Amino acid sequence: MFANYLPTGAEYFRLLPEMILTAAGTLIMVLEPLTGYRRKRFLGHLALAGLLAALWAAVVAYSSPGPAFNRLIVVDGFATFFRVLVIVVGILTVLSCWDFLARHKAESGEFYSLILFSVVGQCVMVSANELITLFIGLEVSSIATYVLAGYLRDDKRANEAALKYFLLGSFATAFLLYGVAWIYGVTGTTNLVDIRQILESRDVIHPILAVSTAAALMFVGFAFKVSAAPFQIWAPDVYQGAPTPVAAFMSAGPKAAGFAILLRVYLTAFGPIDQSWVPFVWTCALATMVIGNFAALAQNNVKRLLAYSSIAHAGYIMVAVATGTAPGAAAAMFYLAAYAFMNVGAFVVVSHISGRGERKVNIDDLAGLSSRQPLTAALFSVFLLSLIGVPLTGGFFGKFYIFKAAIDSQLYWLTILGLLTSAVAAYYYLRLIVVMYMRPAVDGEEELPPLGGGLKTALWASALGTLALGIFPSAVLNFAGASGAMLVR
Amino acid sequence: MHPITTAHYVALSAALLLIGTLGVLTRRNIVIILMSIELILNAANINLVAFSRYWGPENMNGQIFAIFVITVAVAEAAVGLGILIALFRNKETVQADEIDLLKW
Repeated sequence: MFANYLPTGAEYFRLLPEMILTAAGTLIMVLEPLTGYRRKRFLGHLALAGLLAALWAAVVAYSSPGPAFNRLIVVDGFATFFRVLVIVVGILTVLSCWDFLARHKAESGEFYSLILFSVVGQCVMVSANELITLFIGLEVSSIATYVLAGYLRDDKRANEAALKYFLLGSFATAFLLYGVAWIYGVTGTTNLVDIRQILESRDVIHPILAVSTAAALMFVGFAFKVSAAPFQIWAPDVYQGAPTPVAAFMSAGPKAAGFAILLRVYLTAFGPIDQSWVPFVWTCALATMVIGNFAALAQNNVKRLLAYSSIAHAGYIMVAVATGTAPGAAAAMFYLAAYAFMNVGAFVVVSHISGRGERKVNIDDLAGLSSRQPLTAALFSVFLLSLIGVPLTGGFFGKFYIFKAAIDSQLYWLTILGLLTSAVAAYYYLRLIVVMYMRPAVDGEEELPPLGGGLKTALWASALGTLALGIFPSAVLNFAGASGAMLVR
Repeated sequence: MHPITTAHYVALSAALLLIGTLGVLTRRNIVIILMSIELILNAANINLVAFSRYWGPENMNGQIFAIFVITVAVAEAAVGLGILIALFRNKETVQADEIDLLKW
């Protein structure tokens, strides 16, 4: 009688990326004590191979889309888009961490394992079709990221960052779980599609107040994950204290996965009751854009500045969520892809210039970068211009599509205020470019080390991704549009 | 004798949620904050199991979910205590308000 429950080969095939990543992460943990310190880089290459194999698996898994494991996960265009995105962020992080780890004498296998496990969690999150899988994926990703934030365990700031991230993160996740329990209590199911059908059906009387409260409680967890106001206070401290490659990872991967589950839960499961959740997403979007952009103006530490800028970008994406429509979802997906490239790129540059002990992370330390290392300065400028939203970069089309979707949904105020705050944002990004190009280098400054191979590859890949999305946006946008429409089917 | 209904469980769970939230917000000792977070997770567990019983023996989702939550909570507590020990080695404190190197 159990034969009906045994998964078929096709279902395993749909879960292939997660299986490859888990196997690679476990293998690295097993090999770690067997590798001498000088050979740790080998484990990094192994992690890279695992991620590339998973990237391939995520793409081929889309050749047979559909649900798997009793509808616990679903592989559709949306899941594939975000799986590819989070795996690419993992690849960029592994490439960019080698110089950093060598400089801090902290090379070891568990760093790569934790990155892989966090990516596994994010892959499970984005393909979750069920609140149980969603919760497990979220926790697998979060727990690995808590440890990564405190990876330099002799550094007091890293300890503090990890502790703050952990305490606030598990507090927010507990609220998410409480909301999930209520959704189950009211609807009797944890499957997102079934929840939608129950909320749609008129013959079932469901207490709308209980569902809205549960949706709000779940929003606490999601908003924390994507660092949206009023749950953004952890982000600047954690990004500042965490190792810079980890900050790059946290600002792109978990954030993309967080927005993916936010979109899937709110558009698919809570689509029929959108009048009850759009108001608080609206408020959250506005508060996030304002707080992120204005707080960034006052920062002198580049890592903190980028943290506030990543809060502001979460606000723009929240505008797309507030539309509650398929074009809004597509715009959010496109923006997250562009954002991942430009933000990881910017953090990678900071990780390169920060030096030993991460002491050189103030804006003044960028002085004369254009003459000291012209290539690094030029690539950093590309990322910053894309973060501003200058045409020919991915950031421009990202903002364009988001505000276009907002206008189509009659969110005029949110659009106007969003454009005004992004004009404010231009000031603090341009300030970095001005310091790099117009202020001479301080005399007696020790030379920056040349860009290492991994770092160079990561920088070029991010720059190419940023520019490709700005010059040829249509392929990604069409794919995002088609898979966004599936969410509100 | 009144039978224990789902409403009783839900009330108990709401009380635990409230106690846990107050604990996180008012206590300064990080170990107690961790315990308070566990209380909230267990509040959700009580809800899940109670709702599972409410929906009848055909619907076991809630009970299975509770088992997963217990597992995840253990992993989370282990990592949390590990982070706390790493911090204690460097700073010799478990008071949340003394951890102020990075400005809030």
